[in-house]
Amino acid sequence: MKLLAKGLMARGIITLAILVAFTACGGKKAEESTENTEIGVAKDKKEIVVGFSQIGAESAWRMANTTSIKSEAEKRPNIKLIFADAQQKQENQIKALRSFIDQKVDVIAFSPIVESGYGPVLKEAKAAGIPVILTDRNVDLSDDSLWETFMGSNFYEEGVKAGKWLKDNYDRLKLPEKSSDTVNVVELQGTVGSAPANDRFKGFRDGIKDAPQFKITKTQTGDFTRAKGKEVMEAFLKADKNIDVLYAHNDDMALGAIQAIEEAGLKPGKDIIILSVDAVRGAFEAMVEGKLNCTVECSPLLGPQLYDAVEKLMKGEKLPKVIWTQEGVFPQEVAAKTLPSRQY
Amino acid sequence: MFKNENVRKLLWPAVALLVILLFNVFFTENFLNIEVKDGHLFGSLIDILNRGAPVLIISIGMTLVYATGGIDLSVGSVIAISGAVAAQLIRPGYIHGILEYPDPPTSLFVVIGVPLLICAIAGAWNGVLVAFVGIQPIIATLILMVAGRGIAQLVTEGQIPVFIHEPFQFLGGGFLMGVPFPVIVSILLIAAVYFLTRRTSLGLFIESSGGNPIASRYMGIKSRLIVLSTYVFCALCAGLAGLIICSDIKAADANNAGLFLELDAIAAVIIGGTMWGGRFTLAGSVIGALIIQSITTTILAFGIPPEVTLVFKALVIIIVSLIQSEGIQDAINTWKTKRAQA
Repeated sequence: MKLLAKGLMARGIITLAILVAFTACGGKKAEESTENTEIGVAKDKKEIVVGFSQIGAESAWRMANTTSIKSEAEKRPNIKLIFADAQQKQENQIKALRSFIDQKVDVIAFSPIVESGYGPVLKEAKAAGIPVILTDRNVDLSDDSLWETFMGSNFYEEGVKAGKWLKDNYDRLKLPEKSSDTVNVVELQGTVGSAPANDRFKGFRDGIKDAPQFKITKTQTGDFTRAKGKEVMEAFLKADKNIDVLYAHNDDMALGAIQAIEEAGLKPGKDIIILSVDAVRGAFEAMVEGKLNCTVECSPLLGPQLYDAVEKLMKGEKLPKVIWTQEGVFPQEVAAKTLPSRQY
Repeated sequence: MFKNENVRKLLWPAVALLVILLFNVFFTENFLNIEVKDGHLFGSLIDILNRGAPVLIISIGMTLVYATGGIDLSVGSVIAISGAVAAQLIRPGYIHGILEYPDPPTSLFVVIGVPLLICAIAGAWNGVLVAFVGIQPIIATLILMVAGRGIAQLVTEGQIPVFIHEPFQFLGGGFLMGVPFPVIVSILLIAAVYFLTRRTSLGLFIESSGGNPIASRYMGIKSRLIVLSTYVFCALCAGLAGLIICSDIKAADANNAGLFLELDAIAAVIIGGTMWGGRFTLAGSVIGALIIQSITTTILAFGIPPEVTLVFKALVIIIVSLIQSEGIQDAINTWKTKRAQA
């Protein structure tokens, strides 16, 4: 018994060692990437220096966002990008913004980690005469002269697009035996209270407003995850035999729900028309297989738009206070052609 | 009414479960319907068992830990680790954009064995901290609760690897004689644990280690080793649940797999009536887990607005716990005797 106990102790120590090794790796990684990396071509007189402070690398979406911002800077010879990763910490981000001000960059762009606490540093930027662009997330400040423009996704518009697409395409896609007088729609909501869930909820209803045949019979949260999407859809399918359409606030939930529909012996994409938001690679794979009908893009690729705005600013043009990301609607028919070019 | 103490303790949780089910019989359409579709059973009741399997499995492990006077907050993170490792073994290149599977495909033995081994190590870490280092269980397991999800995210590099692996998918999505396989796994596990703890003296050892570790040690029970092994077992249960969840959705979601499941498992154990450091009841925890899942399924099938689902869940749990509490039980008994006297 004692020997066994010692053996277990030894195992515990090994675990400890592994964990320490893990944290050590993490720490090192953090040090490496907080250092600013400069991307761009050799300096010439006309080049514009842009300082960008990213939130971190917490999701595939965010990483695609970073890639877009970096690769677009490489494509444009007149742009020099100084990129800083804030590792999800506001203090890192504020430090990065201050260093941009010290380096006298031409434009500062950043995705705020939280909504508050940026007042002082943005005032410093204004005093130094450096214009600021907010990307993807907004700040909660009463003085909107502190930034030039906000650039990001319009979640409300994504919902409207989904609703309109459904209205225009349902009759074409439905099985011949189904009626178009009443169409029962079920909805998988995102995390309760989150901005994308609230806005996609409202947008969708406004999108189908003038088509009273569409009735939202069930709506429930799937927390933006695959597992919850599947579980909720299973429950929907048992409680209600007449589901014609599924609208999911993101692709992951739709992909989970597709599995539930298949297990119920129905054909996703045919017996139940499915549309979702985000346009991630998995959604395109499902569309190629005919299981998803349409996905509305929520694009992280705002590099091109960002530098267009920067160039306009440098020419002295005034920017609108809000610039929405250009986002498309991808129906099943274009999926096979578009899939190889999807970056996220 | 019930002479046997064990049976009496189970009465109120069982009544609560029946009330929830009866509510559904009257208010939810097609609740009792069980059909056979594509050769397998299909219906809300089957859903409760199938979706409840992960919580059920963890709550069995949690029951033993709880009986030793401990608690394991890390099970949710361990679930994430086990799923992440399994997915990574099946499709190692996916997170770097390589879609091909290794040739030959990873064997089922490896896909199940390696994650479980890692979970056992995680459990041993908890157990050593609690039993040998002497850290409070809630703090000791909090470490892995926070760090574990990070480890899972490191494994998948923050992405959600998706995969196809026919034999592995059977674990979470297969059917044996029409019954979902997770249900069969959980029944086998409950039977095995029941046999080990109630037909041998192991159960008594666990209870005495929880009730009074020092006295147990003087009695010659290796109470530290027993406590450690309950944490290893609990982590193994979590690992198994993680494999089921991962195999069910054919993807490993390190961010969300098993999130807050530790709370469901703890709630199941408490509703079931296991004492913190003392007598435990497996049947109670099973009923507790079924109550938790029935509430979830009710919310989804009945169509309670998502904004209030958590409040609803909390209310049901509070009511069940209150009915069971000794204070309320005493009050009811006094009231009964008074009425009988009057």
